[in-house]
This record gives sequence, structure tokens and C-alpha cells, in this order.
Amino acid sequence: MIFSNILIYFVVIPLLMLGLLFLCRNMKQIRTVAVIGSTALLALSVYLIVDFLELRAAGNTDIMLYQASWMWFEPLNIHLAVGVDGISVAMILLSSIIVFAGTFASWKITPLPKDFFLWLILLSTGVFGFFISIDLFTMFMFYEVALIPMYLLIGLWGTGRKEYSAMKLTLMLMGGSAFLMLGILGIYYHSGPDGHLTMNILEISANNNISHGWQYFLFPITFVGFGVLGAMFPFHTWSPDGHASAPTAVSMLHAGVLMKLGGYGCFRVAIFLMPFAANELAWIFLILTGVSVVYGAFSACVQTDLKYINAYSSVSHCGLVLFAILMLNTTAMTGAVLQMLSHGLMTALFFALIGMIYGRTHTRDIRLMGGLMKIMPFLAVCYVIAGMASLGLPGLSGFVAEMTIFVGSFQNDDMFHRVFTIIACCSIVITAVYILRVVGKLLFGPVQDKHHLELTDATWWERLSAVTLIVCVAGIGCFPNWINEIIRESFMPIIEVLTK
Amino acid sequence: MDYSQFLAMHQEIGLLLVILIVFLFDTFSSRQIPRGLSMLSIVLFAVLTVFGFVCPVCNESVSAFGGMYVATPTMTAIKNILNVGVLIVLIQSVSWADSEHMRIRRGEFYELLLITLLGMYFMISARHFLLFIIGLETASLPLAALVAFDKNRYESHEAAVKYILTAVFSSAVFMMGLSFVYGLSGTLYFADIAASMAQGRAMLIVAVAFVIAGMGFKLSLVPFHMWTADTYQGAPTAITSYLSVISKGAAAFAFFVIMVQVFGPYYGRIWEWMLYALIILTITVGNLFALRQKNMKRFLAFSSISQAGYIMLGVIAGSAQGLGSLMYYVLVYIFSNLAAFGVISAIENKTGRVDMDDYNNLYSTNPRLSFAMMLAMFSLAGIPPFAGFFSKFFIFSAAVQPGTPELYVLVLIALINTIISLYYYLLVVKAMFIHNTEAAVVPSFRSSASERLGLVICVAGIMLLGVVSLFYSDLVTTSMENPQYIFGLFAN
Repeated sequence: MIFSNILIYFVVIPLLMLGLLFLCRNMKQIRTVAVIGSTALLALSVYLIVDFLELRAAGNTDIMLYQASWMWFEPLNIHLAVGVDGISVAMILLSSIIVFAGTFASWKITPLPKDFFLWLILLSTGVFGFFISIDLFTMFMFYEVALIPMYLLIGLWGTGRKEYSAMKLTLMLMGGSAFLMLGILGIYYHSGPDGHLTMNILEISANNNISHGWQYFLFPITFVGFGVLGAMFPFHTWSPDGHASAPTAVSMLHAGVLMKLGGYGCFRVAIFLMPFAANELAWIFLILTGVSVVYGAFSACVQTDLKYINAYSSVSHCGLVLFAILMLNTTAMTGAVLQMLSHGLMTALFFALIGMIYGRTHTRDIRLMGGLMKIMPFLAVCYVIAGMASLGLPGLSGFVAEMTIFVGSFQNDDMFHRVFTIIACCSIVITAVYILRVVGKLLFGPVQDKHHLELTDATWWERLSAVTLIVCVAGIGCFPNWINEIIRESFMPIIEVLTK
Repeated sequence: MDYSQFLAMHQEIGLLLVILIVFLFDTFSSRQIPRGLSMLSIVLFAVLTVFGFVCPVCNESVSAFGGMYVATPTMTAIKNILNVGVLIVLIQSVSWADSEHMRIRRGEFYELLLITLLGMYFMISARHFLLFIIGLETASLPLAALVAFDKNRYESHEAAVKYILTAVFSSAVFMMGLSFVYGLSGTLYFADIAASMAQGRAMLIVAVAFVIAGMGFKLSLVPFHMWTADTYQGAPTAITSYLSVISKGAAAFAFFVIMVQVFGPYYGRIWEWMLYALIILTITVGNLFALRQKNMKRFLAFSSISQAGYIMLGVIAGSAQGLGSLMYYVLVYIFSNLAAFGVISAIENKTGRVDMDDYNNLYSTNPRLSFAMMLAMFSLAGIPPFAGFFSKFFIFSAAVQPGTPELYVLVLIALINTIISLYYYLLVVKAMFIHNTEAAVVPSFRSSASERLGLVICVAGIMLLGVVSLFYSDLVTTSMENPQYIFGLFAN
């Protein structure tokens, strides 16, 4: 029975919410549905992670837990196959936290609140569906489901050059998924001996039937396909424009979760299924992601728009995720997932705060603002915490993630990897430059505009949104071990195929 | 002669009965009954459609007239798909057909439309080129009269002249090709041509080129597409929608059979490279021209040109999966395109406006129409979870199945083109939803019951055809049955 599987509820709950939202008539009902739904998702994902840890503690060593599979399209052997390992569980938890925070961050969205939440929930359906799927087709379908709502969310509720940004973002991401579709078809037709083709990731990996020649072709297109969403240089240009124009909750969800789909897909599909080509070709993408890391950080230094600063910083941090994945060893890859979690939470916090500040001052230009610490102390303190997490202060999540990544990267004992590790390390310093510059100018400088003196501090829903995220950032920072463990052991099957 | 052979043509006989009843009713009934004729046609046609799905004998393979006519479950399936499409077209066009200036002529509208459908039935079931030509001509000539149906509009006449000239010319080209085929093989039976073709490479290539060109006109493949935009724009919207989905679907199926069964076995499929080039040209040129269109009907004309290119990917696959995917693509395309045309005709009937700029801010005045239009655009662009995504995925997957590198290149080009097409489909969405600074051009109105019914059917189809896997699985299973009638020597 399909509903006896816990994972399926991560898609069913958002779909129910969509149905209920259709019936909503006023703002109060919309909020009720959104809050109840996102709380349910959060509760379910907390339950999932607890249950997952218990199963693992009880000695269940399957690669994926809660596995289930239902035939969908028989001619192509497409299943609706679900299953999660430690990484997926962590990503699901991250997504539900950000959906929860995003709901409160868009408490007073106008115009058309109903449509806004409809698209936002459709987006999160795609995200959850992607993380629970282990069938390539379903995975790809949910991936695209998550992409298209962005167009309307940015185009309708965005600010600035929203039509341009929305179109650019949609077309670039869909361009990536065009490559991805070809990659998936290629993988499918080489997934097994004749007559036993499959779309199931675990079966494909077990069959190990993709010839080395085909891996050389399929690995790059799959990696680039996912890499576009992971903001890999030179395919990152949608990200600054898109994030800068998007409304608050959408920036949060997009930078916080959606960009992680790219990184997740890179190791779950590209590297896991084509380990030979991954070993051979990783250096090309390592150079590109190395550029992302440093270039993103430098670009952030010269921006004056708060959202652009944060968007370029996302390019740098997400570049680091892909960079670490390409190091192809357990420590670095564990660091990559920690960085996904850390960056997801931290950047969502950043975008939420920027949205709240923008909602009050009606500008995001740091040259026109100053002294906000006196005016809105709560928001300012939160901003400092987010900044510290971003530049890697011990005790917050950023430190744990970056430390793991660089330690892992340095384990590769050849010149090429070490030089690139050192170059990537420089980004930490540059991050400190742009974060401290903004904090100094925006929060502690003299008040630039005397009208700002009349502004109020955060409301309760804004506080709730920010505090949720800060608790999680600090939680990972102070107690990284348990999450580190479940991620590390989940990487074992991937490392195993890589070293075979 | 054994006259009982006629009984093998269940669906053709059924359709002929419908046409006759409509004709008699139109001739003898009083003109005063406002909706009688359109209601009668729709009800009768709905009965015929249901009959196609439920009749037990339709799912047996029969062959009549010495193998000239064949009906197999596959053919019943494609005829059923076309029936559903025609039914939606009929429902959507009720308010147009019953309008003041049309009432006097609506009988001809229904009769001619259904006669062309009869022609398409023959195109699908014919296994001899003579019967095929009869079907082809029956399917195209009455359409010229239908295109010119708005006799007070200059564009309608222009469109009809362009249509009839290309239709006749393409038939001539097609028959030229057939004369070569006849010269080479001495027969016009599909099955026998494949078996008795004389060796003669150059001649065969010429024959194949002529046949592809002739069918290319019908399918509006580039470079045989010149008539499409003007005809689509000038014709009444009901006819445009019929032309763009039903004619195209029938022609695509017939084209598959001709290519695979008749020309398939020769010289490692000599037509494959011709079709390869045509597909790339069709998809790319169709897309690039669609980018700059301002008139919605013209815009959909170019979009349908590029969609025809995607459909042809099923032909190049040449397999049972290719045929199943092709039929599924046609089915989904019917629902998506008819949803778009349904919205266009609803707005056109009310306000007479068909430009994309007129759709600015439509969401604020007509949210439901905009919603239907958006779903149609998403489905045409291939966005999940709507049906268009599934049909695109399956037809691409059928096309790369043989696994040669050039097919991967072809599919990559097609995929890149879907991104271009996404851009212009999103332009419509942008006009309706995002341009909310200006006042809406189209006032808020309530569309007629029939238009709403048509749109509801289309929207339901877009939502369900993909997610419910039954349709695709069934079509693929069906197309594997009785392969000798479809794949000929390729049948194994």
C-alpha cells in the first residue's frame, strides 16, 4: 500500500496543502493552511531523522532505508521509487526548516497571497520529491517541478528587474535540465544488460554496466546539468540576478534549498553512477568550481546591493560544495553536505533579514543605510550572527563545514589538489572582508537617513522565522558530531564505487 | 464480390452514418431551431467516439478488399484519439457555429469537417496507395472550403487559396513519388512494395524524397511549411485548431507507416538522413520564427511546426515504442493545443482580439481562462507535472533507443530547442500574469457553457494524461500488436 510508506507523505502533505489553498478565501485561511502544513512537514522530518537514527542504531545497514517502489510507466520500467540515506534525511530536514521559516517570512505578502503560497508549495513539493526519489525519472520530474514556479514567483512578486531575472533564471536552469534529460536517457539505455534496463539508482550502480566510453560522455553532461543549479562557473550568472529580484521567501528557498539540489544530484547521480569518469574528469570541474569559489567571493566585495552581496556569496559557498564533492574522498564530501546544510540555513537567514530590512527602509543599497544597530537591534544582531556563520566563526555551522572541507581536500596528496585547496582557502579571508564591510557600514556606521530613526524592530513572525534559523545554525555549529556521523556513513557506498 | 467485407470498416461506417444523419437533418429540418444541429452533431459524434472505445470487434485485426483496407487495434487507437480531439473541437466551436452570421451555413461546417475525418480514417487504415490517395484528398480538399468559411473576411480567402494551392501541389509531388515507386516495384500494396522492390538506388532515393516532400507539406515540416502561418492566421479559429491537431495527428501516423513499412527495409533506411535533416530544420526554424510573433494564431502556427518536428522523432525511431510514443504525443498535443485554441477562440468570439498584447494582464480580469492558457503553454513547453513533459520525455527516449551517437546529437538539438520554445511559451504567461502595471485589454466576461466544457476537458487531460500511466502503457502495448500491418518486414 502506497500510504504505508512514511516518505510519500513528504509529497502528499504539500499536495494536500495545494488542494486546500485552492479553496481558501481569505488571508487568515491561507496562513492557517500554510502554517499547519509547514509545521506538519517539520514535525514529520524531525520524526524521520529520529526514526532513521534508531534504525541505524538497531543495525540496519541498507544503503537506503524506507525503500519502496511502485511501477509507474511499464514500457520504460519507470517506478515511483523512494528511499533515503543519511544525506537525504538531512536535506529533507533542511528543506522543511526553510519552508517553515519562509512561511513566516512571507506573512504579509502582497499582492495575490493565495497564488504566492500555491506556487511556493508547488516548489517545495518538487524539492521534497527530489530528495526522496531514487528513480531517475521521478527524480528528474520533481527537479523540474521545483524549477518552474520560480518564474512566476520572481516575475510576479519580485523587485527590480524582475521580468529579466525571472526569464534568465528559468531558461538557464531549464537549459541545464535539458542536458540532464539527455544524460538520464543515456544512463537508462546503458543501465543493464538488454531487457533489464532500469531507472533505479541503486540497481544501476549495482549493475555497473555503463561502459567507460559512455561514462566519458554521460558524466560531463549530467554533472553540468546539475552544476547549473549548483551555480558552477561559468553557469552561475542566473544566480545573482535571480536572487536579487526574488521575493524574500523565494530567495530563502532558492538559495537555501534549491541550489542544493544541484550539489545533491552531482554526487547522487553523476558521481555515484559513473565513478570511472568521475575519477578521470573531476579535475576539469575542480578548476571551474575553484574559480566559482574565489570569483564569487571577490564579486561580493564590490557589490553595494545587499541581495547581490549575498547572492555572490552564495555562488562562492555553493562553489565550495561542488569543489568538495569533486575531491572524491569521504571527509571532503561529508564537509560538502555539512556546507550545504550550513549554507542553506545561513543564507536563508541572510535573505530573510535582508527582506525584513528592505521592507522597512525600502532600499537595499548599503550606501544609503547606516546605524541600524541602534534602530532595529534585533535584526541587526541576527545579521551579525548570520555574518559570523558565513565567515566561519567557531561555534556556528560555517566553521564546521569549511574546516571539514579543507581538511578533507588537503588529504589528496598531489600538487594539483593541494594548490587548489590553498586557493579555495583564500575565499575565507575574502568572505571576512565583505561580511565585515557590510556589518560595519550597515549596522554600526552613522545613521544615513533620519527617516530611518522612526522604523520599528522585528514583529513576532519575523522573530520566529529568524530565531528558528539561528537555533539551527548554532545547533550544527556546537554539536556537529551526530549529523557528521550519519552523513559520513552514507557516503560509504559512493566512496566504495569510486575506489573500486 | 463479398459485400460483407464492408462491415470490416466499423468506424468508417459509423462516421458515414453520422455524416448522413447530420446532412439529412440539416437539409430537412427547420432553420428556426437555434441549437438543434450543433447539439445533434455533438451527441452523435460523442456516441461514435464512445463506440470506438467500447466496441468489441474494433479490437480485432481485420483485413478487407484483398488487403487494401486493414484495421488493427493500433489503428483503432489512433482513430479514437482523433475522435476525442474532434469532439473537443466540435464542443469548443458551438458558440461560433451558432453565432448570427454562421447559423445559415453551420450544416456545411459539420458535414465538411466530418468528411475530412473520414478521409483521415482511410489514410490510417489504407494499405494500398490508391486508397491512401483517396483518403488524403478527402482529408485535404474539403478543408480548403472550411478555411474560407469566414467569407466576409479577406484573410480567410487568402488563407484558403494558399491552402488549396499547396495541398494540390503537394499531392502532385506525392503522386510523382508514387509513380517512381510503382515503376520500381510494380505494385502499390504497402506490404508487396517492401517485398518486390527492384534494385535501383538512385531511383529509390528520388522516390523517397518525393514522398517525404509530399507528406512534408501535409505535416508542415520545414522547408514545406510556408503555407502554415498564413493559413492558420486566416482560417476561422475552430478550423485552425482542427488543422493543427487532427490533420497533423493523422498525417503523422500515416507517415510513420509509409516510412517504416514501405521504405524501411532498404539500404539501411535511406530516408533516415533526410528525415534527420528535416527534423532539425523543422524544430529550429519553427521555434525561431515563433519567437517574434505577435498574433496568437500565427504564434501557435509556428509552435505547431516545431511540435511536428518533435512528433517526427517517433518516426525516426521506427520502433513499436516510437509508434506508441508518437500516438501518445499526438494525444497530449491534441489536449494542450486545443486548450490554447479554446482560450483564443473564447476571447476572439467575445472581443475579436487575437494579439499577444491583448492578453496583457488577462489574469486580473479572466483568471480561469488565463489558468487554462498557462497550463496549455506549460504542457506544450514540456513542464512537469503536466502531460507535455511526459510525452516529450517518452518520444525523446524512443528516439535515442537505437543508441547511435547521431541520434543523441539529434535529441540534444531537440532538447536545446525546447528551451527556446520555453522562452516564447513563457512570453504568453508573462503577458497574462506579470504585465500587471497596465490595464487589461480584455474585459472580464463569462464564456459560454460549451467553451467552458471544452476547456475543462482539455485541462483535465493536461493534468491527468501524464500522471496516470495507463494511457502511455496502453498505447505502447497496442502498437506492439499485429506488427505485420504496421512494421511490415521490420516486424519480428
